[in-house]
Amino acid sequence: MYTYTEFDDAFVRERVAQFRGQVERRIDGSLTEDEFRPLRLMNGLYLQLHAYMLRVAIPYGTLNGAQMRQLAYIAERWDRGYGHFTTRQNIQYNWPKLSDVPDMLSALADVGMHAIQTSGNTIRNVTADHFAGAAADEIEDPRPVAELLRQWSTDHPEFQFLPRKFKIAITGSPNDRAVTRAHDIGLRMVRNDAGEPGFEVIVGGGLGRTPMIGKTVRDFLPKADLLPYVEAILSVYNTLGRRDNKYKARIKITVHETGIEAIREMVEARFAELRPEFTGADQEVLAGIEAQFAAPEWAKVSAAPFEAAYTNDPLFRSFADTNLAAHRNPDYAIVSVSLKAHGATPGDATADQMRTLADLAERYGHDELRISHEQNVILPHVPKGHLPAVHAALKAAGLATANIGLASDIIACPGMDYCALATARSIPIAQEIATRVDELKLEHDIGALKIKISGCINACGHHHVGHIGILGLDRAGVENYQITLGGDGTETASIGERAGPGFSADEIVPAIERLITGYLDLRNSPDETFLAAYRRLGAEPFKAILYPQEKEKARAA
Amino acid sequence: MSRRFTPKVVTANDLIEGDVVYLSSNDVWVRELHRAELIDDEAHADLRLLHAQGQPGIVVGAYLADAKAGPNGPEPVHFRETFRATGPSNYAHGKQEVSPHRA
Repeated sequence: MYTYTEFDDAFVRERVAQFRGQVERRIDGSLTEDEFRPLRLMNGLYLQLHAYMLRVAIPYGTLNGAQMRQLAYIAERWDRGYGHFTTRQNIQYNWPKLSDVPDMLSALADVGMHAIQTSGNTIRNVTADHFAGAAADEIEDPRPVAELLRQWSTDHPEFQFLPRKFKIAITGSPNDRAVTRAHDIGLRMVRNDAGEPGFEVIVGGGLGRTPMIGKTVRDFLPKADLLPYVEAILSVYNTLGRRDNKYKARIKITVHETGIEAIREMVEARFAELRPEFTGADQEVLAGIEAQFAAPEWAKVSAAPFEAAYTNDPLFRSFADTNLAAHRNPDYAIVSVSLKAHGATPGDATADQMRTLADLAERYGHDELRISHEQNVILPHVPKGHLPAVHAALKAAGLATANIGLASDIIACPGMDYCALATARSIPIAQEIATRVDELKLEHDIGALKIKISGCINACGHHHVGHIGILGLDRAGVENYQITLGGDGTETASIGERAGPGFSADEIVPAIERLITGYLDLRNSPDETFLAAYRRLGAEPFKAILYPQEKEKARAA
Repeated sequence: MSRRFTPKVVTANDLIEGDVVYLSSNDVWVRELHRAELIDDEAHADLRLLHAQGQPGIVVGAYLADAKAGPNGPEPVHFRETFRATGPSNYAHGKQEVSPHRA
């Protein structure tokens, strides 16, 4: 894992000191709110519905035990004893006091963390595959490149006032777990004909009010060209991006209006100018970072306890079948810890739970943790022999829910329970769906299903790429929920299609129940997932399930 | 004919805590909507908003929110204001916490 250099540490601490002064000047009246607002946003501090909210970056979703423990400490010392993990690998504190925020940032700096560029029209936290460095299907760990991008983009003078915010996601695996096709820039590691690793560069993806699947601007980019190429894309966007209309300012609109061919020409031309300026300093830095991300020394642990528990303990077997993923070392497993206990708030972890996770990482998992964009926590490196002990500890902490990738593993934005931009609530809908799914005892039968809920059109809950997406809106002063179907955020990405008229808060959970139970009758075998069935059959049979009264009307007519 | 004025309250967020606050008729910022001043007159509403906006050391983002008269004082009209007045629905935090030190 990357450890801050003296430069990083000094930089982050200087920002904390600056912000401390800015908060003091706001409170003593020297700064107006209009003057202060951009300063607090540069440091991740929002004013939400009921309180301030501090958004802390977890670069490429990677944490060690000490950092997780510090997040727990901050939650207890200055907040309400919990934190909310988001769809962009950040953690949000929902109740900080303005006067406490500099101390919170200082506590973050103590463990090499910050809240810089988690807001504003800048390059945001660079996200990565949450199985990075551990996945069996990985070409290379993408996190050194992500860290290079973090260092390059932090306080980059040319990119502090972009037309709009800018999000980069990166994966080192062909199976895309980082939603790279729905980011401003998506980087997918691939090999060329000579077998060398490089990147497919995707540009102009995004969700929000105008969802777009990103387009490939370069099929294969050698690794050494990455920084100048990304800089060339940003440079073209900075020139062309529309500053006249906030709703048309993201690069997805620039690409759409300009055309990918013209964008490619401009990017390549700018790249040709920039490339000679990169004379190798970036590659030296990258080599230093790569050394810090060397794989841990794998331990030799007997798998016998795993085999015994798998045979004898049905709870453990269910957990193992659902929450484990293949590790690059066959003696290890990747453990996904669900923050989606049925009826709980998706993505929330208490300080005690965070400490349990920190303990487990330190004791059994080479001191590594990941946060997924699906709002769960990952123990990426656990020897199989330790899994029964890990499971027992998770169970005691209320963290052993065996539902990863299933119907109750729902992504939900904070919605109108917290967010000032929201048009409807998300959290209670997620809680009610998960509770109902648990009552039905069907989710393991239903299998892989991604339900994603956003409380407004900005789509923080990724509803466009949910197999079932739910969008909460305000329809004439009443909460109303629109359903989209067939979305997909992986390497086979697609935007979900709107199913029809929306549902009230009372109707939406029964509607989802109709969909998922109805799908069981539509699939051609238990192996055909909801998404596969939707792609085979099209929208009509699913619409008929959602709107049975329409079918009746049609029959009567 | 201009649109009829609907009753309003002046609301904002507390500068330090961020909590939702309302302007009362005796110029105190209160935490409960039912203790707010319900304003029936447009000109008076504008004056009260100006008064609120002139207190940047106490509150942030003052605006006029629709409200209606209830038996115990003003009540919200839109569900967003209902959530602002009551706090989040997933935890008993914010205004649902017992906090004797608050006005």
